Amino acid sequence: MLWQALTLQLGYNATLVAIGAMLLGIAAGVSGSFLFLRRRALVSDAISHATLPGVGLAFIVMVALGGDGRNLAGLLAGSAISAAIGLLCVQWLTRNTRLAEDSAIGAVLSVFFGFGIVLLTVIQTMESGRQAGLDSLLLGATAGMLRSDAILIAAGGALTLALTLILRRPMIMVAFDRDYAAARGLNIRQVDFATMALVLAVTVVGLKIVGLILIVALLIIPPVTARFWTDRTERVWQFSGLIGGLSAYTGAAISASAPQLPTGPLIVLTGFAVFVVSLAFAPGRGVLAAGLRHISFQRRVHMRQGLLALAQGQPIYERYTIRLLMRAGLARADGVATEAGRAGAAKALLDEHRWEILRTMSDQESATALYDGMRAIETVVTRDQLSEIDARLTAPRDVPA
Amino acid sequence: MKPISIANTSQQNPDRKAPLSIRGLTVSYGQSPAVFSVDAEFPQGAMTAIIGPNGAGKSTLLKASLGILRPLSGRVTVHGRALTDQRHRIAYVPQRASVDWDFPTMVLDVVLMGLSRDLGLLRPVRARHRQHALDCLDRVGMADFADRQIGQLSGGQQQRVFLARALAQGADLYLLDEPFAGVDAATEKAIIAVLKTLNAEGKTVIAVHHDLSTVADYFNRVLILNIRKIAEGPVAEAFTDSNLQTAYGGRLATAQMGATG
Repeated sequence: MLWQALTLQLGYNATLVAIGAMLLGIAAGVSGSFLFLRRRALVSDAISHATLPGVGLAFIVMVALGGDGRNLAGLLAGSAISAAIGLLCVQWLTRNTRLAEDSAIGAVLSVFFGFGIVLLTVIQTMESGRQAGLDSLLLGATAGMLRSDAILIAAGGALTLALTLILRRPMIMVAFDRDYAAARGLNIRQVDFATMALVLAVTVVGLKIVGLILIVALLIIPPVTARFWTDRTERVWQFSGLIGGLSAYTGAAISASAPQLPTGPLIVLTGFAVFVVSLAFAPGRGVLAAGLRHISFQRRVHMRQGLLALAQGQPIYERYTIRLLMRAGLARADGVATEAGRAGAAKALLDEHRWEILRTMSDQESATALYDGMRAIETVVTRDQLSEIDARLTAPRDVPA
Repeated sequence: MKPISIANTSQQNPDRKAPLSIRGLTVSYGQSPAVFSVDAEFPQGAMTAIIGPNGAGKSTLLKASLGILRPLSGRVTVHGRALTDQRHRIAYVPQRASVDWDFPTMVLDVVLMGLSRDLGLLRPVRARHRQHALDCLDRVGMADFADRQIGQLSGGQQQRVFLARALAQGADLYLLDEPFAGVDAATEKAIIAVLKTLNAEGKTVIAVHHDLSTVADYFNRVLILNIRKIAEGPVAEAFTDSNLQTAYGGRLATAQMGATG
């Protein structure tokens, strides 16, 4: 069943939902990247919670006008308006009071969400509200999703994605260096507003599939995960879109295979799984890689210190150092250097002096930047440069005092 | 507006108006003015140090000149015209501390931001753009670092990358905020060499500066500031003990040692 879901064999509707979810995931991952880069990830939480009163009010209005209260386009329009009001409240509070942004977010988030829940409760007691199922917008549900809903979501996701890509350069400039961006004539407020509007659009589009409580995860987990794998801005949003799309697709497919399972949590858990793997195994920024790097660094430090101690005839007290030297055949158990150890020690001492010279050479800055006290000097300078250094190394000794 | 070409070298000014002119500028944070009613003129081809004690409003003056901060009152003109349509002629080097250096971006990408006007929203980054950015990195001695993540650089190197980004823009007015703060000797030498070259090409350089001992060596004009303007003019005329006394007050003892040392 799950395999069939993943390979799009569960029928037309399930396929449509999976593809719609994937587009939403890509859009969320990409637009979330710019929020993450701007260090305002939490704003998305305020936006998403502020959608709820709009959903309730839209339902009531549509029913009052004699229409179908569950019309998705109508609900999304309502949620967009109330989310925008919530966002403006956060901005107003931050700008015109002494409240910090996080406090403003907390206040707006809880008040709007509380109001929304009250509205939903009221709707439950309404004559036509009994089967509304609006609470599915809290956690997302694709069961019983209409074809037109899926198309609406896919189109909304695609449009948001396109707009995000068009605006990415100004958003990156503002995220990296606000003052410089302003000096170049970018209007910081407008760029920030655009970033928020894109996130708002993704949130609204994602209500049906992921639900408003968990859309934050789809906006934030992908860029945070992508950051483990790259140091390049462009790669961050590209990977992030990939991760978001993949998680949303997988989560939606799993959910389609077992209709009782809520879609949002499954999508988030899939994304979280990718995050955990990245956290552990990503080269460079991953926990494992960092640990290994530290161990190897420590080993090199001990090795170097041991060799320098041998070279200067000093005793070695650290058991670990002696063990390392022994294992490399450079010293005996009592800490006395072997033949190879004496050669290695002499080389280490020579390198130390060579580095000293190199670091005084102003034209060798990029090589000097690699100095860590352990690197073999041959790996950073050419043979010619090395002989130049060696010439300087011996030169002062020839000069009579 | 016509985009300027990347290889923009020294541009002839048809107008005689100063590259940067400030009239009655007041900027305040809350109720206390950080800069009060300052008039200043930065003539074509001059190399001006803005000096003054901590909290004198040096950076604020620079930021207000660039439109980063909105002044309470006053007027800034660039080559005799409004700032908004002259922005491309101004290159800004902000303080290093204003940026998060763990940001995922490469040295070359930062320099390419200097070309944002040429690249616009969607134009692809081409080989000639990269080459231009690399040339600018080379001018500050950082070409070998193009592919590093910016956080891996030393403070001085980061400062030089900022300067390269400003160079990439091909501007004719350079505003630098404490370019020598907390940098190593190699960087200070590299930066001043680049600035003097720019100046020799007829470009106008304005830098917030904190080291009084190097003012006379590096610059030919000073603007002495302590919220109000204390003095302005060629170093020989304006950079005097009495002006410094006025600006620095009780801190003169050390300041003077720097000035005469």
